Amino acid sequence: MVSPTHYMLLSATLFMIGVFGVLTRRNIIIIFMSIELILNAVNINLMAFSLQWQNSIGQVFTLFVIAVAAAEAAVGLGIILAFYRNKETINIDEMNVMRW
Amino acid sequence: MIDAVVIPILKILIVLNAVLVAVTFMVLLERKVIAWVQVRLGPMRVGPYGVLQPIADVVKLMTKEDITPVKADRWVFTLAPLIALIPALVIFAVIPFGPVVSLFGRQVSLYITDLNVGLLYIVSVASIGVYGIILAGWSSNSKYPLLASLRASAQLISYEVAVTMGLVSMIVTAGTLSMVGIIQAQYNQGVWYAFIQPVAFFIYFVGGLAETNRAPFDMPEAEQELTGGFHTEYSGMRFALFFLAEYANMIVVSTVATTLFMGGWLRPFPNVAALSFLDFVPAWIWFLLKTFVFLYVFLWVRATLPRYRYDQLMRLGWKVLIPLGIANVVVTGALKVLL
Amino acid sequence: MAASFTFYVLAALILLFGVAVVTAKNTVHSVLYLIGDFLAVALLYASMNSLFVAAIQVLVYAGGIVVLYLFVVMLVNLKRPPEEHQDPNRRGTLGGLMVAAVMGELVVIATYNVVRPAPAANAPTPVGFVEPLAMALYADYLIPFEVASMLLLVAMVGAIILARREL
Repeated sequence: MVSPTHYMLLSATLFMIGVFGVLTRRNIIIIFMSIELILNAVNINLMAFSLQWQNSIGQVFTLFVIAVAAAEAAVGLGIILAFYRNKETINIDEMNVMRW
Repeated sequence: MIDAVVIPILKILIVLNAVLVAVTFMVLLERKVIAWVQVRLGPMRVGPYGVLQPIADVVKLMTKEDITPVKADRWVFTLAPLIALIPALVIFAVIPFGPVVSLFGRQVSLYITDLNVGLLYIVSVASIGVYGIILAGWSSNSKYPLLASLRASAQLISYEVAVTMGLVSMIVTAGTLSMVGIIQAQYNQGVWYAFIQPVAFFIYFVGGLAETNRAPFDMPEAEQELTGGFHTEYSGMRFALFFLAEYANMIVVSTVATTLFMGGWLRPFPNVAALSFLDFVPAWIWFLLKTFVFLYVFLWVRATLPRYRYDQLMRLGWKVLIPLGIANVVVTGALKVLL
Repeated sequence: MAASFTFYVLAALILLFGVAVVTAKNTVHSVLYLIGDFLAVALLYASMNSLFVAAIQVLVYAGGIVVLYLFVVMLVNLKRPPEEHQDPNRRGTLGGLMVAAVMGELVVIATYNVVRPAPAANAPTPVGFVEPLAMALYADYLIPFEVASMLLLVAMVGAIILARREL
C-alpha cells in the first residue's frame, strides 16, 4: 500500500535533487530547470494529500503552481535572452553587475 | 481475464497495424491524387495502376543505408524520429471508431479506451510530438535542419494555442471531455457539431494543417528553401519514421475532426427516422468514410494552395486564428449560459 | 500490490531523470531528461486517479514550458560550456553535504508518525473527476484564479518586452 509517507519521501528527494542542481550548477538554464524540479516536488506533495483527504483543493493548488511555473519560465527565459544578448554568456557567476 | 487483457491487446494490435498500413497507402493516394490534379498518371509501374507501389517504397526504405552524420549528436539523432512517431500512435487509444457491438457473443467496444478527459489527453499527447522535429533539427548539426526546426517549433506552438481554443469551445458545446460522450451529445442534439460550431471547425482544420506540417503550411520541410527541412540529414528507416509520423498525424487530425465535428460513427441525420435504412451500413464504416473525406481534403489542399510565407503564417496564426478562437469561446460560453 | 509496484517504478524514473537533469554535461540532454521527468510525474498523477491534472502536467509542462527551454538553449548556442572554468568538484561536495543534511531532516519529518484527524471543515469530495475540480476552481477559488490569469497576462507582456531586440 502506498501511504502519504511514500509520496513525501519521493517529493523530498526530488526537492533536494533540485536544490543540489541550484547549488552546484553555473549554467543559469540548468538552474531554472532545477527550480522546475523543485516545483514538481511541491506538486507531488499537494497531489498526495489531495488523494489522502479525498479533497480536490490540493489539485487546485497544483494547477496554480503550474500556472506560476509557466509565468516564471516565460519571464526568466526572457531575462536570460536579454542578458545573453548583452554579455554573451549564461554563466551565473558572470551576472555580477547591476547595470552595464 | 479475456475482457481485461486479451481483448485490449488485440484491439491495440489491430489499430496499430491498421494505422501503419493506412499510412503506406496514404502515400500512394497522395501521389495519385496530386497526379490527377496535375493531369498526370502518377505511379503506374508496380502492380495494376501502381497499387503495389507502397510495398516497393517500404522495401526501398528498409534496405537503404542508414547514415548518421559524423558531427551529429548520436543519441538524440536516433531518438528524435521515435519521439515524433510515438505520440501520434498513442493518441489512437482514445479515438472511438465505433460504438459497443456484440462480436462472437461478447460485448466489444470499438475503441481502445474511453477516458473522461479524452480530448485533453489528445491535445496533451499531441504537444509532445513537436520535440521530434526540434531535436531532429538540432541533433543533425547542420544549418538547414536547425533553421527548419526553429521555424517548426514556433509554428507548432503558435497553432497549438489556436487549435486548443477551437477545442475549448467544443468542450463547452458538448459539456464533456470524453470522446464517446461528445458523439453521444451530437446524437442527443440531433446535429453534427460542424453546423453549430463552424468557426471552431474552421480553426481546427486550418490549425490541423499547420500542426501536421502539411501544405500550405509545410514550412518546416519546405524543399525549395531548406533542402528537405528538419529531416535533411536523415536516410533509410529513420527518414521513413518521420514520414510515418506525419501521415499518422494526418490520420489523427482527421479522426478527431470526424469525432468532434462530423458525428463520429453516427450516420448522416441521426435523428431523422425516415433515413434509418442507412443503419444498414455498420457504424465503423461511416466513421472510416468520414475520415477518408478529411484525408482527401488534406491532399486536395496540398495540390491547390501555394505555400505561405513565414511572416504570413505567423500573422494568420496570431492575428487571425487565436483572436477568432478566443472570441468563439466567449460567444459559445455566453450562448450556453443564456439559452 | 500492483499500486505499490507502479509507485516504485515511477518514483525510480522520476528520481533518475531528476539526477540526470542536474548532472548532464550537455544542456540539450538536460532538457530531454526534464521532459522524461515531467512525463513520469504525469504518470504518477494518473496513477493517483487524477487524470485531469496529469493531462495538464503534460500539456503545460512537457508540451509548453520545456519547448521554451529548448528554444532558448538553441538560441543561446554556446561556444564554450559555462562549467569549463569552474572547480565543480569542491562545489559538488559542499552542495552534496548541505543537501544530505537537509534531506536527513526531511526524512525524519516525513516518517515521524503523528496521527492527526482529518480536517472536518472540508467535506470530502471525490478526487479524480473533472466536475469537483471545476467547482473548487471556479467557485471557491475564483479570485485566486483571476489573479493567476492576470499574472500570466503580465508575464506574457513582460516576456515579450524583455525578448525584444531594442529596449
